[in-house]
Amino acid sequence: MSELIKLTATEIAGLVAKGETSAVEVTQAHLDRIAAVDDRVHAFLHVDTEGALAAARRVDERRAAGEELGPLAGVPVAVKDVLTTKGVPTTVGSKILEGWRPPYDSTIVQRLRDAGTVMLGKTNMDEFAMGSSTEYSAYGPTHNPWDLDRIPGGSGGGSAAALAAYEAPLSIGSDTGGSIRQPGAVTGTVGAKPTYGGTSRYGLVAFSSSLDTPGPCARTVLDAALLHQVIGGHDPRDSTSIPQPVPDVVGAAKLGATGDLTGVKLGVVTEFTGEGAEPGVLAAFRESVDALAKLGAEIVEVSCPHFRYALPAYYLIAPSECSSNLARFDGVRFGLRVGDDGNRSLEEVMSLTREAGFGAEVKRRIMIGTYALSSGYYDAYYGQAQKVRTLITRDFTAAFEQVDALISPTTPFVAFPIGARTADPYQMYLADLFTIPTNLYGGPGISVPCGLSDGLPVGLQVMAPTMADDRMYRVAAALESVVGTFTPPAL
Amino acid sequence: MAAISREEVAHLARLSRLAVTEEELDTFAGQLDVILQSVAQVGEVAAADIPPTSHSVPLTNVLREDVVTPCLTPEEALSGAPDVDQQRFRVPRILDEDVAS
Amino acid sequence: MTTTLPAYDEVVARYEPVIGLETHVELGTNTKMFCGCPTDFGGEPNTRVCPVCLGLPGSLPVANKAAIEATIRIGLALNCSIAEWCRFARKNYFYPDMPKDFQISQYDEPLCFDGYLDVEVGGELVRIGIERVHLEEDTGKTLHVGGATGRIHGATESLVDYNRAGIPLVEIVTKPVPGTGALAPEVARAYVTELRDVLRTLGVSDVRMEEGSLRCDVNTSLNLPGEEWGTRTETKNVNSLRSVERAVRSEMLRQASVLDAGGKITQETRHFHEDTGDTTPGRSKETATDYRYFPEPDLVPLAPDPAWVAELKAALPELPRLHRRRLQEQWGLSDLDMQSVLNAGAVELIEATVAAGATPAAARKWWLGELSRRANETGVELADVGATPEQVAELQGLVDAGKLNDKLARTVLEGVVAGEGSPTEVMTNRNLEVVSDTGALTAAVDEAIAANPDVADKIRSGKVAAAGALVGAVMKTTRGQADAKTVRELILERLGAQG
Ligand SMILES: [Mg+2]
Ligand SMILES: [Zn+2]
Repeated sequence: MSELIKLTATEIAGLVAKGETSAVEVTQAHLDRIAAVDDRVHAFLHVDTEGALAAARRVDERRAAGEELGPLAGVPVAVKDVLTTKGVPTTVGSKILEGWRPPYDSTIVQRLRDAGTVMLGKTNMDEFAMGSSTEYSAYGPTHNPWDLDRIPGGSGGGSAAALAAYEAPLSIGSDTGGSIRQPGAVTGTVGAKPTYGGTSRYGLVAFSSSLDTPGPCARTVLDAALLHQVIGGHDPRDSTSIPQPVPDVVGAAKLGATGDLTGVKLGVVTEFTGEGAEPGVLAAFRESVDALAKLGAEIVEVSCPHFRYALPAYYLIAPSECSSNLARFDGVRFGLRVGDDGNRSLEEVMSLTREAGFGAEVKRRIMIGTYALSSGYYDAYYGQAQKVRTLITRDFTAAFEQVDALISPTTPFVAFPIGARTADPYQMYLADLFTIPTNLYGGPGISVPCGLSDGLPVGLQVMAPTMADDRMYRVAAALESVVGTFTPPAL
Repeated sequence: MAAISREEVAHLARLSRLAVTEEELDTFAGQLDVILQSVAQVGEVAAADIPPTSHSVPLTNVLREDVVTPCLTPEEALSGAPDVDQQRFRVPRILDEDVAS
Repeated sequence: MTTTLPAYDEVVARYEPVIGLETHVELGTNTKMFCGCPTDFGGEPNTRVCPVCLGLPGSLPVANKAAIEATIRIGLALNCSIAEWCRFARKNYFYPDMPKDFQISQYDEPLCFDGYLDVEVGGELVRIGIERVHLEEDTGKTLHVGGATGRIHGATESLVDYNRAGIPLVEIVTKPVPGTGALAPEVARAYVTELRDVLRTLGVSDVRMEEGSLRCDVNTSLNLPGEEWGTRTETKNVNSLRSVERAVRSEMLRQASVLDAGGKITQETRHFHEDTGDTTPGRSKETATDYRYFPEPDLVPLAPDPAWVAELKAALPELPRLHRRRLQEQWGLSDLDMQSVLNAGAVELIEATVAAGATPAAARKWWLGELSRRANETGVELADVGATPEQVAELQGLVDAGKLNDKLARTVLEGVVAGEGSPTEVMTNRNLEVVSDTGALTAAVDEAIAANPDVADKIRSGKVAAAGALVGAVMKTTRGQADAKTVRELILERLGAQG
């Protein structure tokens, strides 16, 4: 195994910039690793070998020509298959988009290209980002590198597993209810959900528009911050994009790495440290809280009474928006078409196409959302869920009057065995119990490895006020400086 | 009491353009029932005076200047289409004449 | 159905109609509502599309500022309140010409609401309440193949072009209009006419019904006097001013015949057929789609700055009805004369001609006379007859300067209409100018006197009226290009007679 794949993004960029290795060499090392392990991990849905090598060659040429390179130039990145990539297949983990090559790049992918990063390919995910285990991918599950019989989290299991398996040093995820943070937690990697509106959704195939947030995944906090810096910031093509510069997340990660949290006040969310979380998870979390206190942080308990309604509110809002967002998959302009035999009507063909193209979880959510938006049910379901959203936002606002950031375990439980929760959809939903409030509020959240439980990674979540993404990086980096990073058994 | 019947699931499937099978109707009816009963908890919060939140960014009036930007070529526009004829998207015969607007 | 329809007079004697109108107007912005694709008409299929207006996965809308501004101006012109805060909503239904399978529209939070428009019908002012003015996006165009005459019914397949998809569409909805009695069809037509003029004055749309940039749905119901309003039907596809009137009338007659027979009116949409003037049933309300409206999460709310709204209001042009009243006064026209100007569609043309320097009387004379006649003969709109207001003013200027007489001017106008150039160019090229060179005229007069000695004698002896014969002779030799008055004066002068 090449040592290049063990390096952080920061280290790779440094070597490439100094000419001590080439972007092509780095890229080839990762492509080789993918070839060696991905049949077991299945983190990738598509590997763009030629595109990656071409991009790497361009970086090397630019360096040779004496051009100034960005901080991540030459670093390979794996991109969740939820983002459009011009000319490169984009499936969203669904049969309905099998073979679709978008005619345009998402803003994030465009920014990755502009920054000289090298896109290795597209990573596996729960279909349309609906799920917490990547088992709902139409192309088969991704396996957790810590234990190939277990799930890597979801929906961005591919992006997290690719990091843990050393197939990529950086990856992009999207977080609607925890799809960056929960996979990060169960694979022992770092996943950050930026402030909603802090990263562009243009080209992100929508699941739930008011919640979807693309963000960075990495093996270290600093790497995540560097990636965040590259992809973040205002995009005029996204009306919900915040017209402000990215908070200084890189500076904050570096500050945190000094291991000093003097003057920082952290609130432990009471509701997320009681029943509902596994003992092993709670133990690892408690130890980390003690470690943070030793770094100088002041720790207090903070109650957020409405967080218990976050899960039900989420499972109304997200399906409602998805029922509308997924209507366009009708077999007219792109993607699958089924049953067009020359006799059937368009209505029949649309229904057969969607029936064949969508998996069960997607269908469930479309129908839940259709129900919740129907006249007669709207007020009791969707309308009420939006009011809960207000209450949760008030809980956060009140908490941030007392503390700088909130902390909790990222997930109630460690990676579970593949197949353990698919029979009961609601049991699967519980995986996102602790991550969902942040999405409803719109603030940033990060999951950083904080220990092991029975040999499986546990993540600690830091939640900060909107547009204070830097705060969570500082706390996460400080914790990382004492607990270190976690390496899975060799594959 | 069940929150949702098999017939309601069939209605939802029709509204959603999903040609669900008879077997799926049974499965979905049970599953949707569990989910809907659980999410109905949002009704426990007395919220008569609470305003709804539809957007979590405090932005208004995000507007674009009325300036033309480049289009896709027709080749690009039609590249993903299941069926194309006369540079248009071909679809099977349409049943319903009514178009709201 | 083969029921004989009752007579209109009987219907309005027994029933009271309530009408309502929903008008959709395509705005004349440069770009679409939510993307930067151009809006101009024509173009090869699917050449004015991008990921946004094709509804490709991942694409996002950004609202067009010019469309918002135009909608607020329309609202202000219709005396509406402008929302301090409102949101777009998604209207969900599957249809292939709608790329996202939902339409971005507005639902319970329209941008403009609660206004009115005054229209004149038979010299009476009728105030039409405006319920709301909101903004949405248009759909693509579907070509039906395999059936008869491009109709959806019987077609074997359809072809979709999304060039029009996403063009900003303003929907203007009236409040129900009761109490118009027998005039209901005319009121409906007058409202759409007035609305069209308002929109044209605002410059927000080219308001061409035949091209579909202005489209109408007409609601009609009947009730017995003193009773509650009846069940209404919504007639779609009403694509000309004449059809608006016919659709209301036809629906009143049909509903009356149903009610007369003891039947009930079904709440439904109906389709108007231009050829027969009839309506036929479409979808009934019971099977209507539940549109599942909810706030559009991809767009943030609108909160028009009151200062901006005030600025837009202050900058509104004079609206058609007031404008017409002012012109009538300026031009010194009776109500009847003004009506004939309006009927000829000549208000703006006359106004522009006056602005180019002609007197109102002269401008009116040309546009309502020679040019209207010609427009009628060739079956074109007066504005398209081939002469511009500037040319008409120039023509009149030549007459006023004595370079053309009335007959010559008409000939020159013919040349202008035929595309031979400006009036001056036509006059010069065709050598039509009045002969004003007195040397040449004197020679012609002397020639006429010499050729008609007896007439000359009569004139010399004081029978001045006989001069007419000599004028005729001079006009003949100058091929009409002399000014008759000048010729007459010259003849009398040469013969020493007093005029
Ligand atoms: Mg409408
Ligand atoms: Zn477009």
